Amino acid sequence: MRRLSAVWAVLVAATLGSWLLGGGHGAAVVAIAFWKVRLVGLYFMELRTAPVPLRVVFEGWVVVTGGTLIALSLA
Amino acid sequence: MTIFAVFFGTYVWARGQDPELFRASQEHLTQSRAVINTLLLLTSSLCVAAVVQAVRRGATEKARPLLVAALVGGAAFWVVKVVEYSELFGDHLSPATNDFFMYYFILTWLHLLHLLVGMAVLAFLWSLVGRAELTPRQVSYVEAGGCYWHMVDVIWIVLFPLLYLVR
Repeated sequence: MRRLSAVWAVLVAATLGSWLLGGGHGAAVVAIAFWKVRLVGLYFMELRTAPVPLRVVFEGWVVVTGGTLIALSLA
Repeated sequence: MTIFAVFFGTYVWARGQDPELFRASQEHLTQSRAVINTLLLLTSSLCVAAVVQAVRRGATEKARPLLVAALVGGAAFWVVKVVEYSELFGDHLSPATNDFFMYYFILTWLHLLHLLVGMAVLAFLWSLVGRAELTPRQVSYVEAGGCYWHMVDVIWIVLFPLLYLVR
């Protein structure tokens, strides 16, 4: 529970940080969002201790979707 | 998740086609409200993750209050969204107004529907964890239901910056 709360605190900080960073830094804000998604997946969804194939699918989704959106944001 | 990923990509591409329109339209949205919504879902996800841990170590009595807290978070998210929609409709903005609002309303509405399903799942889990001991299958239902809730959170974590922050 302590670890979960620590992850939650980081997620909250990242959320507020993105808001402060604001609109001009689109790619950075999207990158932060996908890093938050990873935290939810690894800690809340417990993928850190899950079978590797599950983790690979998840990380793959994060990289492909996040990467595409960041590239599109920069274009 | 793949479908949502395609929706996200389509939105960002469409924004690239007409950034000025999107930027001007985004002025109608209130970022602070979306921040509140993000914090609501993050907190309810924390509660759900704690439910799974509690159930797994046999502390099922802790599960129900946490599930109620998560459900309250989901309901609060809905309330904030309804307020937001009402304001936009009041300003005569709708999915038909322009491309930005089409994406905004469709994406957030789809997310809201998934959130509603998630709340039904949490309610089902609430009924499940009333007993002192759960079978391994029931524990796996709690884990799966919890994961569904986290996915709803994840969708919003991406939607929030795309719709509200990126200008």
